[in-house]
Amino acid sequence: MLSEKEIKHIANLARIRISGAEEDKFRKELSLIIDYINKLNELDTENVEPLYQVTGLTNSGRPDKHRADFEMSDKLNEKLIGQAPRSEKRFIKVKSVLNKNG
Amino acid sequence: MAKNYTIKDILAGLKTREFSAEEIFKYYNAKIKIENNKLNAYLSVFENRTDILPDQPLSAVPCAIKDNMLIEGTAATAGSKILENYISAYDATAVSKLRSSGVQFLGKTNLDEFAMGTSTENSAFGPTKNPHDVKRVPGGSSGGSAAAVAADLCVFALGSDTGGSVRQPASMCGVVGLKPTYGRVSRHGLIAMASSLDQIGPLTKNVYDAALVLGIIAGTDKFDSTTVPREVPDFTKNLDKNIKGLKIGVPKEFFREGLSSEVEEKIRYAIAKLEDLGCEIADISLPNFEYALASYYIIVPSEVSSNLARFDGIRYGYSSHGGSTLSDTYLESRSHGFGPEPKRRIMLGAYALSSGYYDAYYLKAQKVRALIKKDFDEAFGKVDVIVGPTSPTTAFKIGEKASDPLSLYLEDVYTVPVNLAGLPGISIPAGLGKNSRLPIGFQMIGKHFDEQTLLNAAHQLEKVL
Repeated sequence: MLSEKEIKHIANLARIRISGAEEDKFRKELSLIIDYINKLNELDTENVEPLYQVTGLTNSGRPDKHRADFEMSDKLNEKLIGQAPRSEKRFIKVKSVLNKNG
Repeated sequence: MAKNYTIKDILAGLKTREFSAEEIFKYYNAKIKIENNKLNAYLSVFENRTDILPDQPLSAVPCAIKDNMLIEGTAATAGSKILENYISAYDATAVSKLRSSGVQFLGKTNLDEFAMGTSTENSAFGPTKNPHDVKRVPGGSSGGSAAAVAADLCVFALGSDTGGSVRQPASMCGVVGLKPTYGRVSRHGLIAMASSLDQIGPLTKNVYDAALVLGIIAGTDKFDSTTVPREVPDFTKNLDKNIKGLKIGVPKEFFREGLSSEVEEKIRYAIAKLEDLGCEIADISLPNFEYALASYYIIVPSEVSSNLARFDGIRYGYSSHGGSTLSDTYLESRSHGFGPEPKRRIMLGAYALSSGYYDAYYLKAQKVRALIKKDFDEAFGKVDVIVGPTSPTTAFKIGEKASDPLSLYLEDVYTVPVNLAGLPGISIPAGLGKNSRLPIGFQMIGKHFDEQTLLNAAHQLEKVL
């Protein structure tokens, strides 16, 4: 079972704020799932190479050329940042990065 | 007008002028407005027809798109509050290929939030109901697409399949659902869940339509470097080929605890039918099958925690105005914007990838994935197609499993290994359960990039089931 400290740590890593009641619920649910996935320990994988993807493709590249369809314009700019919740002119606005209190 | 149109029916009807492109669009639009109140299959319905390209393979065929794929200028919610007001900036590649083939888009279909789920109950906009029994789930996560096809609220639909999300709802709604080989269809413009597993596929009324749509959406794409440079054949060409002598593998591990007896009965019946068609049936083994789901539930949350980091309340989507710092914007926006299942998976992924746990979870899971693929590779040394159930049960009641995330995960036990190995898989209707009278799906799995053999076998079996 995950400890209270662990669930707080995980939530913070995930940048999700959870209430006290949620903390308890997620602690129980995640612990059950972790118990289930721990069955992988029954398998000996000592000499097995991990498989991260199945296509066999490596280093798929493209020519480093100018792409006319991505030329910056007001229209493309609007597409890219026009839906930002807070913006000014062509820029996205964010709140203070540093906490004044410390 | 007749009921339950296939693509062929629509093309024939247009040719003989039984109806015009506008009439068939209006027919479906009106039908959706009446039926959708009951089913909640669509999240948005398009009132205006787009310009249709004439003389294309799917000219004027009305279709639906799962709401985690982008259609330029229209909403794409991914079933989440965090994208409730998001408007797509471009077309997904699969969508633009359909557009070029002449289709008419009817609307966007409901799904589990960010495609995370097996029942469509995780949608922030309410569950979709199964057209066969509105008290039951349609499966998931492409439950809206499956229900729309089953209720004839579209001719075909696109879904996405990360661990069974096309095949399992197809099975529960009694339609055809095809997951192509990983790398066959571009994922560009599909809102990413688990990038190493996600694949777009069609939900259709028959195997022929699935083959036809696959041929249109498949192919390499400069916007998705995981698409594999392979020739895209005409998948409809060999459907009528005799399948006498085709080697069919039946894994003994599929007949396990949890498989309902009425599902098993239909699966055995379908296998007997394949034998009648002259196929050679062989007992095979996938020794590590038992561990696929556990491996999947490490890999998926890990990729989810990375992919969903982009939803930060800064560039688009829901943003909380509370708090005074940037960090507060992240924390508050994500806490209010995400529902419980994305939160669970993001946190689980953050845990699996965190310092000190990486080797025990993420690395271990990728090693097990290698073993699963090896099992399939060895089996496919002996057989051409592997078959079994799509889902262990028929559609369950809405709310029945909602309090137990793990029991919902087990719904995908037969479909997940196929994604881990990157193989193509299809679910076709195998009849109604003896007791439940609900649809049961028969799953067929093919070799990498051998959709042709898979679709040929599925089409031949479909004719006699």
